[in-house]
Amino acid sequence: MFYREAGDFKTSYVDDSQTFPIKFDRYRYYVVLAVAFGIIPFIINDYWANALLLPFLIYAIAAIGLNILVGYCGQVSLGTGGFMAVGAYACYKLMTAFPDVSMFIHVLLAGGITAIVGVLFGLPSLRIKGFYLAVATLAAQFFLVWLFNRVPWFYNYSASGQINAPERDVFGIIISGPNAPAWATYLFCLIFLTASAIIARNLTRGTTGRTWMAIRDMDIAAEIIGVNPLKAKISAFAVSSFFVGIAGALFFAVYLGAVEVGEAFGIQKSFLVLFMVIIGGLGSIFGSFAGAAFLVLLPVLLKLVGVDLLGWPTDIVAHLQLVIVGALIIMFLILEPHGLAQLWRVAKEKLRLWPFPH
Amino acid sequence: MNKKLATVALSALMAAGPAMADLVFPSLSYRTGPYAAGGIPFADGYADYFTLLNERDGGIGGVPANVIECETGYNTEKGVECYESTKGEGALVYQPLSTGITYQLIPKVTADGIPLHTMGYGRTSAANGKVFSHVFNYPANYWNGASGAINYLLEENSGDLSGKKIALVYHNSAYGKEPIRTLETLAEKHGYELSLLPVDHPGQEQKSQWLQIRREKPDYVIMWGWGVMNQVAVQEAANIRFPMENFIGVWWSGAEFDVEPAGEKATGYKALTFTGLGMDYPVYDDLKKYVVDSGKAAGAGDQLGTVQYNRGLYAAMLAAEAVKTAQAMHGTADIDASMMRDGMEALEMTNAKMEALGMSGFGPEFSVSCENHGGPGLVGVVQWDAATGAWNPVQDFKPTDAEVIGALIEEDSGAYATENSISPRCE
Repeated sequence: MFYREAGDFKTSYVDDSQTFPIKFDRYRYYVVLAVAFGIIPFIINDYWANALLLPFLIYAIAAIGLNILVGYCGQVSLGTGGFMAVGAYACYKLMTAFPDVSMFIHVLLAGGITAIVGVLFGLPSLRIKGFYLAVATLAAQFFLVWLFNRVPWFYNYSASGQINAPERDVFGIIISGPNAPAWATYLFCLIFLTASAIIARNLTRGTTGRTWMAIRDMDIAAEIIGVNPLKAKISAFAVSSFFVGIAGALFFAVYLGAVEVGEAFGIQKSFLVLFMVIIGGLGSIFGSFAGAAFLVLLPVLLKLVGVDLLGWPTDIVAHLQLVIVGALIIMFLILEPHGLAQLWRVAKEKLRLWPFPH
Repeated sequence: MNKKLATVALSALMAAGPAMADLVFPSLSYRTGPYAAGGIPFADGYADYFTLLNERDGGIGGVPANVIECETGYNTEKGVECYESTKGEGALVYQPLSTGITYQLIPKVTADGIPLHTMGYGRTSAANGKVFSHVFNYPANYWNGASGAINYLLEENSGDLSGKKIALVYHNSAYGKEPIRTLETLAEKHGYELSLLPVDHPGQEQKSQWLQIRREKPDYVIMWGWGVMNQVAVQEAANIRFPMENFIGVWWSGAEFDVEPAGEKATGYKALTFTGLGMDYPVYDDLKKYVVDSGKAAGAGDQLGTVQYNRGLYAAMLAAEAVKTAQAMHGTADIDASMMRDGMEALEMTNAKMEALGMSGFGPEFSVSCENHGGPGLVGVVQWDAATGAWNPVQDFKPTDAEVIGALIEEDSGAYATENSISPRCE
């Protein structure tokens, strides 16, 4: 009944190859966009923005970035936290050095700087694969965190080694700092997420994405049919790091406002984003959203139910949270190894035939 | 009898009308994770004192106190979530017991107009009330701690530290880095040689740091540690047979659970303090009677009298006294966050006041002013004795190097003011 292509005629190739070829799906997408841009900004408050939506949006950008590298190009990376730190510190240096420049430009430049750093650390991927590459990127993670802890220039010689986001604006609307309105920070991140998703989606179904996937599926075969592994791998690292860097910059400047590199961008952040990608679904843009939502919103939801609704002690809820999230991750991976995105695909297939499955 | 009746009536009212206004004290606690050992007793002490006030006096000035606990796990992201979820409940004051979360909250609370009390932690230069209008760190801060430790060592060496080697083992975070600048300035003044040994979160891996200490043989080791890092450090120091009496921890590295795992070998380890020790205070009789015996104690109820429990108790007492000050100032029992801020700024702790609370000598005498949010910064030293399982005072509360610290506070808060274009208050 839903998601049916029957009666939905395409008369041009452009129509046929659009992202959402089924009319129902397309309308659903427009509705989501309309709600996200047109309704939520008017009803959002500080709690919704800072506790739920901002982390979700920002982690979704990071997950899209990592998904390009791991899901599409097959290069395992454990350096996401380090690359997010590059984005954050680049953004901080730019914000303090050029206070009059718009935040949009700072965040984009931070992404660009992270892309360069990502390419540097992606070079070993030309020689090593799989677990060995994971170890090389792990080295990037530790090196970058150490660097930002060690060299005072990066944190402008502050006594505590923390970086604090000063108040900056876009077209006169404050985006960073404590006085930024909730709707502005939300919209700012949402614009970046939407743009990232559209760019990533279109990259992955064009030539670039096909070369990435060819490398992922079998690099020797890809090379034989004429895919340049150097170009494919390096471009995957660059694009992936660009998105991760944007996520890091937003994470620091818009969401937290003050960051300490070891705590905010440690190894656990790399794992968190990797889990998002795996749980959401490797090689799927929707999966990045689903994975981020799962790991950001579920703990908060469990806390709300446990502490506020049932009135249980906070420590028991915190422990239960770990148990439940862990159990759900295992359950999902056993029941659906391809992640939440695959569940969504199966659900769509089912809905298509519902209520007459035969 | 009258009091009892009032309490009964009040609790009946509380049960009947949950909408009645109360004084909200969010407790951003951490009972899980590698720092839980310090987080649990502090949160218990904080909650128990307000329970005591509710049970014994029917609240503060007749208005019951309501402690909302929120688990942060010492994690800044969860800390932000906790802050956002509790600030709408009419929160009067935040005490996150985490320097990292404090740095997050300083700009936020200032924008939202809610005071933040970081007792003995947080951003040291927040002691300058001219720049930090909503942040308080009385009665002592990290730089007092650093100077207090050096003063103690000066006294031990009859006023001369030149040529001595001092190593700082610190948690590699904003917290651990706080004392470095003070220790460096004091090194210039007193001529000792300072070496820095960072320990990464969570601090279970310290072999290389202590190997370095064994090789360099510093005369003294000062530690800025928290959570599991403390136990490991004391154990490692015992393993390399570092003389324990030359090992001094900051007040967050001086609780029972920090030294007990090392057993007998931990005897002689010293720590700084700004609060009283043990249970030898009349307030504990009331706590037993009204809170513990009636089964209303927070957590497992087994932390009474421990060092960090006392700190939690002290933090809650200072908050309650600030509420009383605010109530008297504004002539209303049901105060809000901005009145609370005024109360904290006008807070005066005298020995007579503490005696009346059954906590005489629990903390130093001090008064807060618009310019000075940091209090006098009096620091005492205690020493661990494993045989009796108790901390014994070896130095009373003593003043620290106000000249050096004052200049540093002026400099750091000035930098913050220019960075955030804040014009100084109090003129």
